[in-house]
Amino acid sequence: MENVVEKPIEEEKGSLFHRYKFLFLRRLTQITILALYIGGNVYGWKILQGNLSSSKILGTIPMADPFAVLQILATGALVATDTLIGALIVMLFYATIGGRAFCSWVCPVNMVTDLANWIRKKFKLDRDEFHPLYINRGVRYWILGLSIIISAIVGTAAFEMVSPISILHRGLIFGMGFGWTIVASIFFFDLFVIKNGWCGHLCPLGAFYSIIGQKSIIRVHHNHEKCTLCMECKSVCPEKQVLSMVGKDGYTSFVNSGACTNCGRCIEVCPADALNFKLKIKNPEKEVETNA
Amino acid sequence: MDEKTKISRRKLIVNTLQGIGISFLGGSLWAGFVYEAKSDPLILRPPGALPEEDFIKKCIKCGLCVEGCPYDVLYLAKPGDNKPLGTPYFIPRTNPCRMCEDIPCVPPCPTGALDIKSVSSIKNGKEVLDINKARMGLAVVDHENCIAFWGIQCDACYRACPLMDKAITLEYERNERTGKHAYLRPVVHADFCTGCGLCEHACVTEKAAIFVLPRNIALGKAGKHYVKGWMQEDEKRLEGSKSIETQKTERTHKKAEDYLNEGF
Repeated sequence: MENVVEKPIEEEKGSLFHRYKFLFLRRLTQITILALYIGGNVYGWKILQGNLSSSKILGTIPMADPFAVLQILATGALVATDTLIGALIVMLFYATIGGRAFCSWVCPVNMVTDLANWIRKKFKLDRDEFHPLYINRGVRYWILGLSIIISAIVGTAAFEMVSPISILHRGLIFGMGFGWTIVASIFFFDLFVIKNGWCGHLCPLGAFYSIIGQKSIIRVHHNHEKCTLCMECKSVCPEKQVLSMVGKDGYTSFVNSGACTNCGRCIEVCPADALNFKLKIKNPEKEVETNA
Repeated sequence: MDEKTKISRRKLIVNTLQGIGISFLGGSLWAGFVYEAKSDPLILRPPGALPEEDFIKKCIKCGLCVEGCPYDVLYLAKPGDNKPLGTPYFIPRTNPCRMCEDIPCVPPCPTGALDIKSVSSIKNGKEVLDINKARMGLAVVDHENCIAFWGIQCDACYRACPLMDKAITLEYERNERTGKHAYLRPVVHADFCTGCGLCEHACVTEKAAIFVLPRNIALGKAGKHYVKGWMQEDEKRLEGSKSIETQKTERTHKKAEDYLNEGF
């Protein structure tokens, strides 16, 4: 305990790479995945073919967007086993390991909204005097429900018809058309209207992964003993409600909320090394030991 | 029950109703848009596509068919194309289907929106791909602007057709105007036409005078009460029918001049 207190918090955390380790890795993952898909269409590479809705790894292992498949099933159509297996593979991965990692490590919209957020921060647009519009973060779950209901009524996957994620991703691989207007609207919404407006409030795919990824094992872990209450983590977190344990006396625990995207920004910015990725395998109840 | 829980329950109910209200508003707009945006009656789908109603349910918009096509015939509809977003289609006038024998666009489909069975036939007890069974659309000839109908010799579509003399035949007729020439008119046969569009692509007129339309647009329907009595197969439909059913409209008891003059 003592050595933590004496550690000067202003100390540089090392090289640029070290300070932005996860951000760098995330961009690398996002761009690599995108490049492999584009190569699959343009040059016929076999590593990743298709797009985020459904694809094949090395021409054999199927992957499918489980939320898109759910909407298709809601229309009353039965899909081929290839798609069902693909959806199951993706779903199992995020449910057991990744949590909501899709949002911050794979989704191309993340780069758009992160840019909006970065500019927002640079120009300090987040002040109360600007009377920011308020939308409840729960709205995305309503949109998730609506996607399923509308799919069943209209007879086609409803969110897939309007999804900015698919429009951007498909656009980059197969041609954008007027798709940039939708991407721009998300950008300006996040930049001028609400902080993390799309990803943190409206996106039903994020909501879907929040639900299925709730029990995944890779988790951000907060160590109360090391925490200096500087609140840097909360200021960078796109879903700050998930860090509710920070600042509570004697409360050491995992980030349990499914809304956490495992982006790792909080870990990078923490000057006291109080936050880390850890495997949550044992019972979280036991983890909440106190020393208060 | 204490006061606190009462209020929170009331709050919960009101909040839920608020959610329902705004969902109904947003949902109606969203559903209305999707309902309009999901259909384009003139869209031409890849070979083996299910009927449009089922296709639009099953297609997951992955583009694996587009990537499968070696001639870059297929597009995925992008915003601004005025087609159901993200679904595959082709434009025969600019790039017709080449009818590959191994149909590389169909097997990659992960959902079954492109149905392998519909483009397969049994050969020697084995199921093999058969592109001639594809029914992407049906070629239709515009008799007014097809120059062969004017008496000018042109058989571009006939020669472009991969099912020459089956899907398109030439019909000869004496040209009475000149007295010494013949009309060589192209005639499309729906039983064989796959809708590949090679004819539309080959057509020499400024705007194609032979073009592919979706089959449900191009074809009429006679109704099942018409029986082709001269065809054994069709006449079998009458087997088992017990009596001739007539419409049970009650006969009027008025005189002809009465009901004919009604309304005057």
